[in-house]
Amino acid sequence: MLKPLEAPPVDHLDQLEARSVHILREAYANFKQLCMLWSIGKDSTVLLWLARKAFFGHVPVPLVHIDTSYKIPEMIAYRDRLAIEWNLTMIVGQNTEALLAKRTFPEGAVDRIACCGLLKTEALKHTLSGEWPRRRLNLKSGQYEPDRNTEPFTGVIVGARADEEGSRSKERYFSPRTNANAWDVGEQPPEFWNQYKTEFAPGTHVRIHPLLDWTELNIWEYIRREQIPTVSLYYDHGSGRRYRSLGCGPCTQCVESGARDVPEIIEELKSGKFANIAERSGRAQDRDDGGGLETLRRDGYM
Amino acid sequence: MLTATATLPTDHRRLNLVIGGHVDHGKSTIIGRLLADTRSLPEGKLEQVRARCERNSKPFEYAFLLDALKDEQAQGITIDAARVFFKTAQRPYILIDAPGHIEFLRNLITGAARAEAALLVIDAKEGVRENSRRHGYMMGMLGIRQLVVLVNKMDLVGYDREVFRRIEAEFRAFLSQLGVKPDGFIPVSGREGDNIASRAAAMPWYQGPTVLETLDRFRSEEPDSDKPFRMAVQDVYKFTGQGDERRIVAGTIDSGRVSAGEEVVFYPSGKRSKVASIEVFSRAPQSAAKAGEATGFTLAEQIYLSRGEIATVAGQPRLQVVTRLKASIFWLGREPLVKQKDYVLKLGSARVPVRVEEIHRVLDASTLDVDDAKSQVDRHEVAECTLRTSRPIACDLASDLAATSRFVLVEDYEIRGGGIVREALPDAAGKGAVPFAARHHQRALVLVAAGERGPAMKADDGLLDAGRIATCLGLESSSEETLRRISEAAQLLRDAGVILVAGPAEPTTERGSVLEPC
Ligand SMILES: Nc1nc2c(ncn2[C@@H]2O[C@H](COP(=O)(O)OP(=O)(O)OP(=O)(O)O)[C@@H](O)[C@H]2O)c(=O)[nH]1
Ligand SMILES: [Mg+2]
Repeated sequence: MLKPLEAPPVDHLDQLEARSVHILREAYANFKQLCMLWSIGKDSTVLLWLARKAFFGHVPVPLVHIDTSYKIPEMIAYRDRLAIEWNLTMIVGQNTEALLAKRTFPEGAVDRIACCGLLKTEALKHTLSGEWPRRRLNLKSGQYEPDRNTEPFTGVIVGARADEEGSRSKERYFSPRTNANAWDVGEQPPEFWNQYKTEFAPGTHVRIHPLLDWTELNIWEYIRREQIPTVSLYYDHGSGRRYRSLGCGPCTQCVESGARDVPEIIEELKSGKFANIAERSGRAQDRDDGGGLETLRRDGYM
Repeated sequence: MLTATATLPTDHRRLNLVIGGHVDHGKSTIIGRLLADTRSLPEGKLEQVRARCERNSKPFEYAFLLDALKDEQAQGITIDAARVFFKTAQRPYILIDAPGHIEFLRNLITGAARAEAALLVIDAKEGVRENSRRHGYMMGMLGIRQLVVLVNKMDLVGYDREVFRRIEAEFRAFLSQLGVKPDGFIPVSGREGDNIASRAAAMPWYQGPTVLETLDRFRSEEPDSDKPFRMAVQDVYKFTGQGDERRIVAGTIDSGRVSAGEEVVFYPSGKRSKVASIEVFSRAPQSAAKAGEATGFTLAEQIYLSRGEIATVAGQPRLQVVTRLKASIFWLGREPLVKQKDYVLKLGSARVPVRVEEIHRVLDASTLDVDDAKSQVDRHEVAECTLRTSRPIACDLASDLAATSRFVLVEDYEIRGGGIVREALPDAAGKGAVPFAARHHQRALVLVAAGERGPAMKADDGLLDAGRIATCLGLESSSEETLRRISEAAQLLRDAGVILVAGPAEPTTERGSVLEPC
């Protein structure tokens, strides 16, 4: 019969951290052309911190940031500051063509979903494949220069969480993408006993998701415990508004919240006004149609 | 507004729980209902799903709260397992809603392998079906030891106690054939919410716990820190370019614990060294690490190590080092598992080519019918096979340590099957060079002592004193046949892991000095 519950001796954050570190190390050992996407948001920054844990203070994996040019300027300053401080290989990619042609949602040329497709998905696809220019931060001069590495990345580490929305709840830790960058969600490979899809056919690549088991609350609890530096946009500075999730300026709305620091955000998530409100409810592209994000993700969106 | 929340459930370990059972028996409905009735859904979610159903003129289903993919909603079926975050006052959970359709068995396995406990759903009207049994079998094989069975759709059978009893008896009998003892049976209706989050007035004859209460009765599984130490080497890091001279052996501890100063032995190589320090980043220094931790340590003596090795602590039960092993395997590939093909076996961080030497018996995991004559293992079948790897691998037997006995089989870049090591077998020639040497904690060697007999004897004595298994072999005779026999004997001794010191049988005047490994 069932036995009564005993006191749990291991902290749940330790559990989550260990699993993520294990996955990062598996990725590093198995993928020669490996990179990590860094959106500057809290999740991928936690991921970056976990990489420093996994590799004992180093980040031996290049970080890729897709710059839509609509990111809030403070995010870019924070990105370059940490890159220099933490000795990161910082790569930036962009859909310059679409931006020059003004084929964007803020310019009124296309709808939100199409804009995401162009500025994020397309830019990501071609930056990963090496077809489009990659710019790399020179840590001495602080300037971006063309990167000499144009090899396609075959392993891409992404900070997606299963609690964000429906299609992410079905993701694998190691999730294959076809050579067209597509995600076949009906045909995902099995994954069990700490054995992952680390072998892949030429032309295909694998998305690696070390944060799948983390919730938004776990992310903040970990930021507090580890004292990870975050962008100040997440906090209220007196206006009674703050960002809960960071994306492009035009498509990410502030939330009404007076949380001024990490403990107050945690409190708000645990029992306050956001305890029952989904994080991405501030993201417009998720709402346009029931499966909007699934459609984006099948095409290679993060 | 900040209040102390020291007793909040997030201080607890999270429990992973899988929900399995035959297709359409109501798994997603039960979880959806559980979320709705405990007010665990994000605000507006229920209304959003109801509105979408109305727009598409489809009846509302609680299952749509979980079946998020367009294809899933269109077909009214779960395709891939969803992680659902859920918490009670007691602790947080990840509920893994697995698909019941046989086509997606790999997704059930993916979900179930992450779980420490399981709910198995059986439709009261349809009764025990093929995948009710198969899922029960697979859950056992994947190592889930806590199981509660939900008899669902009781509303369709008039909440009849007899129906419930009949199903309970039938399924108990099946599980007992597998050696699985369920922790309970609960009559429920997912659609009506009976015995899900609250007790059902319609079934006064049932006095046991509701589904919600049952969750909190499962135990979180502790990592096995009291078992022998096992850590598959994921990598050896040296970031010299960054001015870091440490050489760190990194991995996640499967079982046991290790401390600085302890002697460690790596298998299959048998190499040994001492742990100099446990390494951490941005965390309080520690002198020991235990099961469940993703850790790293430096060694006192630099030895060459790579992925594929498993670290153990000297003096604790050793690993098996084998090229032949007997295993229980489940197969998921569309193409059958056959003897003629090459596969790759992955266990821990090891990755070795492997072939099936013998298929002993094939089992239908649903009917438990056994076939001793089959020469291949078809999709979704379970089999007992002898495997032969092209290089020695280190492993444990399932009866000793579960984690290090588990492996997967890869074909054409894909994981096609999983297995558990049941038995270590001697290698093809009936020998076991690697295992024996490793068992004696030494490298099998033939040392040739040139010169008089003294040095050979002395070396032998010295080795024996040092606790090695060594013997001395005289090399006087010049007869070719004798030499052939001697060399054969030397070979056998080496294979047995013995250190052999060969030298002249009788003292000569020449003074020997060299001891050369060969
Ligand atoms: N009458 C009745 N119908 C139910 C009950 N539970 C589920 N159903 C119905 O059974 C059908 C299948 O339910 P699901 O929850 O999708 O079944 P499932 O086990 O998740 O199916 P798969 O995931 O595809 O294997 C749906 O139409 C549900 O409305 C119940 O308690 N009573
Ligand atoms: Mg379902």
